[in-house]
Amino acid sequence: MTKTKRFASASALAAALSFGITALANAADTIKVGILHSLSGTMAISETTLKDTMLMLIDEQNKKGGLLGKQLEAVVVDPASNWPLFAEKARELIEKDKVAAVFGCWTSVSRKSVLPVFEELNGLLFYPVQYEGEESSKNVFYTGAAPNQQAIPAVDYLMDDLEVKRWVLAGTDYVYPRTTNKILEAYLKSKGVAEEDIMINYTPFGHSDWQSIVSEIKKFGSAGKKTAVVSTINGDANVPFYKELGNQGLSSEDIPVVAFSVGEEELSGIDTKPLVGHLAAWNYFMSVDTPENEAFIDTWHGFIKNDDRVTNDPMEAHYIGFNLWTQAVEKAGSTDTDKVVEAIIGLETPNLTGGKAVMLKNHHITKPVLIGEIQDDGQFAVVWETDAEVPGDAWSDFLPGSKDIVADWTPPISCGNYNSVTKKCSGQNY
Amino acid sequence: MPTRLLRSPLSALRLWLLVALALCAFAQAALAGSAELEQGIALIKTNKYDQVEEGVTLVASSRDPRAVGLLAALQDSDLYLRKADGRLFIATRSDAGYDLIDPLTQAPAGTAGKRDLKRIRINNRLRSQLRTAVATLNLTHPEASVRLAAVNEMLDRLDADSLALLRDLAGDEKNAEVRAGMTAAIALADLNADEPARRIEALDQLEGNLHPAVQGGIQRLLDREQDEAVRATAERVLEGLQFKRDLYGFAETLFFGLSLGSVLVLAAIGLAITFGVMGVINMAHGELIMLGAYTTYIVQQLMPEHIGLALFLAIPAAFVVSGAVGILIERGVIRFLYGRPLETLLATFGISLILQQLVRTLISPQNVPVANPDWMSGSWQINSVLSLTMNRMYIIAFCLIVFTALYLVMRRTSLGLQVRAVSQNRAMARAMGVRSARVDALTFGLGSGIAGVAGVALSQLTNVGPNLGQSYIIDSFMVVVFGGVGNLWGTLVAGMSLGVVNKILEPWAGAVLAKILVLIFIILFIQKRPRGLFPQKGRAAEG
Repeated sequence: MTKTKRFASASALAAALSFGITALANAADTIKVGILHSLSGTMAISETTLKDTMLMLIDEQNKKGGLLGKQLEAVVVDPASNWPLFAEKARELIEKDKVAAVFGCWTSVSRKSVLPVFEELNGLLFYPVQYEGEESSKNVFYTGAAPNQQAIPAVDYLMDDLEVKRWVLAGTDYVYPRTTNKILEAYLKSKGVAEEDIMINYTPFGHSDWQSIVSEIKKFGSAGKKTAVVSTINGDANVPFYKELGNQGLSSEDIPVVAFSVGEEELSGIDTKPLVGHLAAWNYFMSVDTPENEAFIDTWHGFIKNDDRVTNDPMEAHYIGFNLWTQAVEKAGSTDTDKVVEAIIGLETPNLTGGKAVMLKNHHITKPVLIGEIQDDGQFAVVWETDAEVPGDAWSDFLPGSKDIVADWTPPISCGNYNSVTKKCSGQNY
Repeated sequence: MPTRLLRSPLSALRLWLLVALALCAFAQAALAGSAELEQGIALIKTNKYDQVEEGVTLVASSRDPRAVGLLAALQDSDLYLRKADGRLFIATRSDAGYDLIDPLTQAPAGTAGKRDLKRIRINNRLRSQLRTAVATLNLTHPEASVRLAAVNEMLDRLDADSLALLRDLAGDEKNAEVRAGMTAAIALADLNADEPARRIEALDQLEGNLHPAVQGGIQRLLDREQDEAVRATAERVLEGLQFKRDLYGFAETLFFGLSLGSVLVLAAIGLAITFGVMGVINMAHGELIMLGAYTTYIVQQLMPEHIGLALFLAIPAAFVVSGAVGILIERGVIRFLYGRPLETLLATFGISLILQQLVRTLISPQNVPVANPDWMSGSWQINSVLSLTMNRMYIIAFCLIVFTALYLVMRRTSLGLQVRAVSQNRAMARAMGVRSARVDALTFGLGSGIAGVAGVALSQLTNVGPNLGQSYIIDSFMVVVFGGVGNLWGTLVAGMSLGVVNKILEPWAGAVLAKILVLIFIILFIQKRPRGLFPQKGRAAEG
């Protein structure tokens, strides 16, 4: 085990050497934007695309004449999927490069790692990925989904439309699945689901031998009640999981799997035949047919010079986050953190699915929830969606510890975890 | 709050359609069956989930022999609407566009361009409806195997109509197996009969039937049953089922364990040569596996039409690629570091990072898709409870073949003899005229090549990406150390037993804890027997 740790720090060192020295530009006449996404290591698979998305958005903005009459300049760093390195890189971006805002992070653990840095140095972070909630920082804007914008509506869909009675909550063993499953378990019980009708299972990162777990699910599902799997299995562990489902003959009609971490990007690397009919819950699908989305996809294909590349939900989150930030900077007339934080609340921008994203007082945004069925071309066909955007809820209403807590960054509360019963803001900064 | 967006009725169009259909139906009242078929097809053409659902019901209830082909095509998402004239076709992809088949007559109907057709979309609700519908229609199929599959499919979703049909058919059924299936289905329905005697009779008939629907049915009966005699019978039958289930469950766990074990053995066996025999701590071993997996991908890309053949060709190709890289590493780096294990460890770790980043830069940071040939997917159904997945069976067989081949190379060839001589006593071997430098390179190449072959096998089970190797390197070392350094048999026994132990622990400890427990067990075991399961004997062992 220590061996792995030593490898990790060695790789971090190597990465730091190769990527640390970024453009030492002639600063004064540009506004710098930091991009904090892993370009090497485990998470490179997902995060590289987001780096390219940000470069594209900045490029587009510069073509439109920049911001406040200045050109935008991207500062790309590589935290190499190494969580402590995220904090170092964040510090470097804010202190050394003096970036106006940072767009980055994917895993919750990387966000938790940079959080103290952003609060200490009063920086700005736009975080584009769906996460477990239970957090609201003055310096972070959460443009991905909170649990009530993804997990809860998905469970509602399974319960109401597919009449699911028995639940398997399967996840990778880390903070996002554990918190999400805790919320879901509490939610299911509040809906009258019995203890023995819920099965919870955790597997390590990159788990590839799913035989016994799938066989358990099969047994669990043969009790005569409709069963579904709610999957918070992360990243590429999904591929062998779905393959095993197919091989053991569990089809999506028998036991549908609804996943929160499987999107177009993840599907583009695999043969989707065994997955057809399984579900995913997101706030955006590439297949959504709106003029905004068509334009976005065209710009993306033009920028990346490859028409086979897909778009996905976190890309849309960056698109929304970036547009909200530029609007806020224009409104505030400055890139100063405090002024932008004040200006951005209440601003709205069109999302790519034909609705509007509004920045809320708790630093989350409004999002529609879409459920899609996987098709054999790796795209999703939308089978259900909420009729209006759902406002993101930082603190879940279904956990005993966070029921009474609200986040509101406008005066008079100005607090990320305000207890509405005791009328007190907890001592924490977030 | 949420609404069913796509289920919202398009009332005007629908009303018009229904009126039209009603008129149509009136006109053709005499031909009731085919009229239902026509109506159903018209509804399917709307391509709206809820109307397609009604359409499928109509087509199915027409009992028209032509309906099966249509519904089966819809179930496989092969049914398309030609935009020009609104006709339905079964379409299969060809080079130019699509080849069309008429869904009712199954006759070829020309071709169409990619943009001329629109697929009839289906969702899960429709898929499950279609499955039942196709099964019902297949009950009268001439092939006994198709009838049997149909009966098993319907077992737990019988409605009054199909039950009546089953009762009709059961008497005439010639095939014993199919008849037994039908009897079971009827018995399952009879569990709801009013007279307790019939319920007991039904329970007796279901005794020993392992179909999952049977257990669910009896469980539901027990939940509501008042009659003591029926309860007693139900409990007895259920207990018998449970016993059988446990028995097969154990066999299944054993199979899972052996298949995990063979993956471990495959990943570790190359290391057993380089680490076990040569004593080189090769941290890039995982990356050599990864190169083998990528070779499979590239060979498949070169011949996309023959996925299965490509897999066979990939075996020697991966052996050559990984072997060559292995020899390069040995000649370029490792040979300067013999006798300095710490430096070897660091250097090979550096190489592993270089190889990973090389793949990231040259191919893609994303995982690449490696296709499974059809004969690798699916499972061998022994009974309703026990089924062995095909890909795992091939992996077990492949592992044993690789092991045997390697064992023969080490025991029966002059290379093997020289390798063993050099590893046991380098100086003496050189004195006897063995060119030890060449043997070192070849041995390392052999171990690396075997790692590449393991990569071909792993590409069928897991993701092929730059990180593939990292996930196996620790497991590989674990197996080799546990088995006893320098012993191939040790690797085989250690890999298989770790696999089985892991799978036995997994159901009650969870996947994470099971891994930890196995690791703790190995640490304790190594404390007791530092040389592993099968310690090497002789002079080399002392050194």
